[in-house]
Amino acid sequence: MKYGYKGKGFADTKTTLGKEKLTELYYSMLRIRRIEEGVEAHYHEDEMKTPIHLVIGQEASCVGACAPLTKEDLVYASHRTHGVYLAKGGDLKAMLSEFFCRKNGCAGSRGGSMHLIDQSVGMAGSSAICGGNVPIVVGLALAAHVQGVKRVNMCTFGDGAAEEGVVWEAINFAALKKLPVIFFCENNFFSVFTPLYKRQPENVELWKKAEAFGAKSVVVDGSNVVDVYEAVAKAREGALNGDGPYFIESRVYRWRGHGGAGDDNSKGYRDPAELSDWKKVCPIESYFEFLKTNQLLSDADKEAMEKDIKAEFEEAYEFARNSPEPDESDLATHVYSERIQYEVKKDALGRSTH
Amino acid sequence: MPWAEALIRAQTRESVLSSEQGRVLSYVDALNEALSIAMEMDKKVIVLGQGVDDPAASFGVTKGLQEKFGGERVFDVPLSEEGMTGIITGAAVGGIRPVMTHNRPDFILLSMNQLVTHASKICYLDEGKNNVPFVIWAAIGRGWGSGAQHSQAIQGMLVGVPGLKVIMPSTPFDAKGMMLGAIADNNPVVIIEHRWLTRTKGVVPEGFYTVPFGKGVYRRRGTDVSIVGTSHILDLSIRAAEELEEEGISVEVVDLRSIKPLDEAIIMETVQKTGKLLVVDTGWERGGVCAEVGFVAAEKCFSALKAPVARVGLPDVPTPAGYKLEQLYYPNVETIKKAVKKMVN
Repeated sequence: MKYGYKGKGFADTKTTLGKEKLTELYYSMLRIRRIEEGVEAHYHEDEMKTPIHLVIGQEASCVGACAPLTKEDLVYASHRTHGVYLAKGGDLKAMLSEFFCRKNGCAGSRGGSMHLIDQSVGMAGSSAICGGNVPIVVGLALAAHVQGVKRVNMCTFGDGAAEEGVVWEAINFAALKKLPVIFFCENNFFSVFTPLYKRQPENVELWKKAEAFGAKSVVVDGSNVVDVYEAVAKAREGALNGDGPYFIESRVYRWRGHGGAGDDNSKGYRDPAELSDWKKVCPIESYFEFLKTNQLLSDADKEAMEKDIKAEFEEAYEFARNSPEPDESDLATHVYSERIQYEVKKDALGRSTH
Repeated sequence: MPWAEALIRAQTRESVLSSEQGRVLSYVDALNEALSIAMEMDKKVIVLGQGVDDPAASFGVTKGLQEKFGGERVFDVPLSEEGMTGIITGAAVGGIRPVMTHNRPDFILLSMNQLVTHASKICYLDEGKNNVPFVIWAAIGRGWGSGAQHSQAIQGMLVGVPGLKVIMPSTPFDAKGMMLGAIADNNPVVIIEHRWLTRTKGVVPEGFYTVPFGKGVYRRRGTDVSIVGTSHILDLSIRAAEELEEEGISVEVVDLRSIKPLDEAIIMETVQKTGKLLVVDTGWERGGVCAEVGFVAAEKCFSALKAPVARVGLPDVPTPAGYKLEQLYYPNVETIKKAVKKMVN
């Protein structure tokens, strides 16, 4: 088994986080899991005509990445958007409406599931090209720096994106200018069907490469939400205090295929023992056990959460399904922004002046 | 390369300009003034690019800007064209207005993923919630061995990209007004400049003004043939028109000024008048600006055409570096005159 789980679960987990925050992390992960399962269960109906990239199995990673951030901190995601969007606080109805290709989707049906955006909560956007979002986030950090705005700017991307040259160009520049960026790399060991060892030399760890580029780097257990949360919280503080960029490699495993619904292990590209191994440390169930052992959450609490989430999903799903379709008048709008930045005054001869 | 500069000076005509027409500036100084005005007006404008603060200062375009506005707003960058294009995309989304220079358009090719697939798409994909107000500036090289990798006029590759604007000024007046217009514009704008224009001089008003995109202008009125194009080849076309006048051929010269947006109305207007269209471009003839402008005539004013549309651009061949081959490769005043005469006779 090449890519089995190598973490320690919650055996050594100690945290100073309070009950409220710890419970919130659980709720957020459970909510993402149930929403993803809900989307997956309906996907075969072919009403959501959009490619999907489920985050089932990776919930601790996206929740741990986003929960320490404020609304003002920006996240710009990769193609695997759903978890990050929801963890950052993105509107569920707008997301599902985008999946249903409706006019009121979060991108007006121009983006689909790979272009989720909710500016009201700092979900700045997403890119469907691996690594494409990475320099953009460095640019967001540069803008914050030039304008004297204090915020961190995070990009989420995978191990595949880390093979794109532009990612390293972006890390180099962020380190050069000491910009407040968190490069959050979710290493799930596969790019579609291709394992990591066919794409990168073994024993050269991603986080160490980033360290050599000048980013403060760590590796975290992407199945342990507390581990991820604390690393990101520390990175956020450091980045805001002028440390420059941080690179966090979060090791995870996707329980489903690269895209679409269902497990694709039957295709034979990965060892089924790996998935079973990771399922033993389900980021949600293992965390529940941790909270229960520490008397922070009970089975009754969990049941109440399940009920709330189910009701929320069902309502949002029906809302999205019944939302209006875009029409022809929507097709060609916003190709360009019509706004001109400076008001141009004309003089007596009709010449423009300022 | 001092000989390259000497070549450009040799190719530059001394315009006859009276001081009554207004202040005279060189093309480069007009651009420099535009950047300076924009940076004074708006703290969000930054200027970056390889060598912007070095002694060459992007052919002089960025000269003195760092001294005036500081290293936080005017700075050199690593040799990371795609990365830097993504970074200015993000910076623009984040509310600032970057102007980035490239030594040559060839380097834009390294950044196509960010330019075409990200910067040009974000406004549409995000339903107008994010905008990308940046300017990318690059000057086409020609001559003295610039060759296949330092002389490419890539505007034809960009003319079909929705969400992008591509402008190609030909006079110092337009260079300044269009740079200011590009900075004021809320979209990604690529300015394709030409090295052989950088030493031209012309009347340039002081202060802030903009030249609108998508509005062509008549550089010369005529009745027999219309020449339509942009940038440096317009300069050659005007010289050709002057010489042809002495031979009794009246040529109209239209400067499109921007190729995206494209002023279709002026193309139709001039074709309806002369019935004969010669499209000229500094880029390859195939599948580019020549093809696009020619198609407008074919599609929208076919019945006004009295002769097949003709074009003068670059052959379907990479630029050779050697002197003799270069002379054979590039169109010149004679090439344009020959093309016009063929249409008239």
